[in-house]
Amino acid sequence: MTVETAAGATSPEPELVQLLTPEGQRVPNERYDALVADITGDDVRSMYRDLVLGRRVDGEAVALQRQGELGLWASLLGQEAAQVGSARAMRPQDHVFPTYREHAVALCRGVDPLHLLALFRGVDQGGWDTVGSNFHLYTIVIGAQTLHATGYAMGIQRDGAIGTGDPDRDAAVVAYFGDGATSQGDVNEAFIWASVVNAPVVFFCQNNQWAISEPLERQTRVPLYRRAAGFGFPGVRVDGNDVLACLAVTREALQRARDGEGPTLVEAFTYRMGAHTTTDDPTRYRLNAELEHWKLKDPIERVKAYMVRGDLADQAFFDAVEEEAEELAVHLRAACRALPDPTPTSIFDHVYVEPTPGLVAQREEMSAYLDSFAEEVAR
Amino acid sequence: MTSLNIIKAVNAGLRRSMENDAKVLVMGEDVGKLGGVFRVTDGLQKDFGEDRVIDTPLAESGIIGTAVGLALRGYRPVCEIQFDGFVFPGYDQIVNQVAKMHFRSGGRLRMPIVIRIPFGGAIGAVEHHSESPEAYFAHTPGLKVVTCSNPLDAYWMIQQAIELDDPVVFFEPKGRYYTKGEVDLDGEPDLPLESARVALPGTDATVVAYGPTVKTCLDAAAAAADDGRSLEVIDLRTLSPLDLRAVYDSVRRTGRLVVVHEAQRTLGIGAEVAARVTEQCFYSLEAPVQRVTGYDTPYPPARVEEEYLPDLDRVLDAVDRTFAY
Repeated sequence: MTVETAAGATSPEPELVQLLTPEGQRVPNERYDALVADITGDDVRSMYRDLVLGRRVDGEAVALQRQGELGLWASLLGQEAAQVGSARAMRPQDHVFPTYREHAVALCRGVDPLHLLALFRGVDQGGWDTVGSNFHLYTIVIGAQTLHATGYAMGIQRDGAIGTGDPDRDAAVVAYFGDGATSQGDVNEAFIWASVVNAPVVFFCQNNQWAISEPLERQTRVPLYRRAAGFGFPGVRVDGNDVLACLAVTREALQRARDGEGPTLVEAFTYRMGAHTTTDDPTRYRLNAELEHWKLKDPIERVKAYMVRGDLADQAFFDAVEEEAEELAVHLRAACRALPDPTPTSIFDHVYVEPTPGLVAQREEMSAYLDSFAEEVAR
Repeated sequence: MTSLNIIKAVNAGLRRSMENDAKVLVMGEDVGKLGGVFRVTDGLQKDFGEDRVIDTPLAESGIIGTAVGLALRGYRPVCEIQFDGFVFPGYDQIVNQVAKMHFRSGGRLRMPIVIRIPFGGAIGAVEHHSESPEAYFAHTPGLKVVTCSNPLDAYWMIQQAIELDDPVVFFEPKGRYYTKGEVDLDGEPDLPLESARVALPGTDATVVAYGPTVKTCLDAAAAAADDGRSLEVIDLRTLSPLDLRAVYDSVRRTGRLVVVHEAQRTLGIGAEVAARVTEQCFYSLEAPVQRVTGYDTPYPPARVEEEYLPDLDRVLDAVDRTFAY
């Protein structure tokens, strides 16, 4: 499972950390059971709610794109457990650097999903409060944010916010990225950097098997989590469709980081059940049978099965969550359509902290040009 | 007054910024014990510690990318890129991340990062050590691009750049690193960062330069004076935003303009200056704007760089051309 620095990459078949089977059976795990021993029925129900809401927001966004309300959407379908499990492992002071697909993480960090819709609608490029939510803006250039995460973690080190033992003070950073990103120079530089400065950062790779049309074997010849050994920090592969296991593994990695023990690579082994984005057509490059196979491992169904099995929830609970999800979707649909377009001259507002004389002149130029049409209409 | 070269002046400026603000960090390759390959950061790690003067792994994208994260956490990183040609591995982070963060966050997130780059040729170096890549950065909205030409400006401009909440690419003329000048370390800067300076008043033709070519043009002006021709030399200092007020004023008086830079000619800073002067001073111009620049080739082997780089004679030749119309 975990490859420690000195041990190197040895295991022939990578093992997944799994606490819930696809059938919803809780399997004991000597190492990770303790990390979720405090999880109550309430916690499970609350995680289930996040999973369902995350999927519903995503589905609504896909529909809005199909209706022309969004320019694009990158669906998280199938990756809900990896996102909710890891996000629920965080403390408020931990900081997140997402890709453009971390919608369920955003939800868990208290970011209003309307902000995500606004971005993909083309209203703005990220309008949420990154400081209050500790959830940074989406990063679209693949892997660039792993370096930002590492630098932010270096800042945490300089602020003396690791290893004090104070659970409200010690902080860590989570950098999200995908399997394709592991081929980027930036990701590899981030691994090197975090390793040599022992930065409090968790590299959370959602290996969803596909980088648009390119399968995992185009990116790597070894299981991704094993790469960590070469950089000098632990790597672990977790069942990315198992919310409990993702919670346990991320909790462990975050605590290591907060304690000053440095970075960890978590490879959440999951599957992108939808297209890369709404412009993509997966039927051109992968077989439907693969999707059918992964549907059996659905991240939400297994929690539901686990809850039913353990009598953690009744039908009234599941109905209530569905209802809440539907209400959220209805609200988002209307709110998204009501989002006002930015005023054209607002593009000049934040190029610099203070607008330069040249930009002031260009804003006036645009304004005068646009006004000339208004005058024509008036005539 | 203290007599300093540009290296010592930047060093003194960095030191003062670090003393004034504990959030200021210096980071780059070999900036610690070695003090940088040009010794610009000499002694800083000894005095401010390894947490504030950081010897980084040898990876430029990493230098800029981690600086972004540090800035988001409230720090003010000053990144050293060892040589001009080595900035390109970090180019993506500069152009896509550093430059756009304030804009895309609707003004919520600031990037108080300074990226120091020794630039320009005339040092007999191998490839990638003599480039003038300033136009790439000046073309990118969100970045400020400045360059100093003398120790006094070097001392103040680096401090002003660090104080700014916008990201600044700070070009240092490495071919002029050892030029000495008088600096009052306890004085006040006489100009804001984003302003040009008339380096030498004159009446017959205007010559605009920045960084290493300012000295070239001052030398040319001295030679022209011997021939009875008075050149006004303007040091741009800021390339983005461009401050051309002094240039317009000068061209309206002289009617003649020569722009001089080491960078390649096509789509260089000179092209932008020429376009703007044509827009603003069309009726004052007695001749087309002349450009004296590097040629549109890759930077050549060192044994021919003398012919490649603008020099006194090429500047005077261009001035002559403006009188030929």
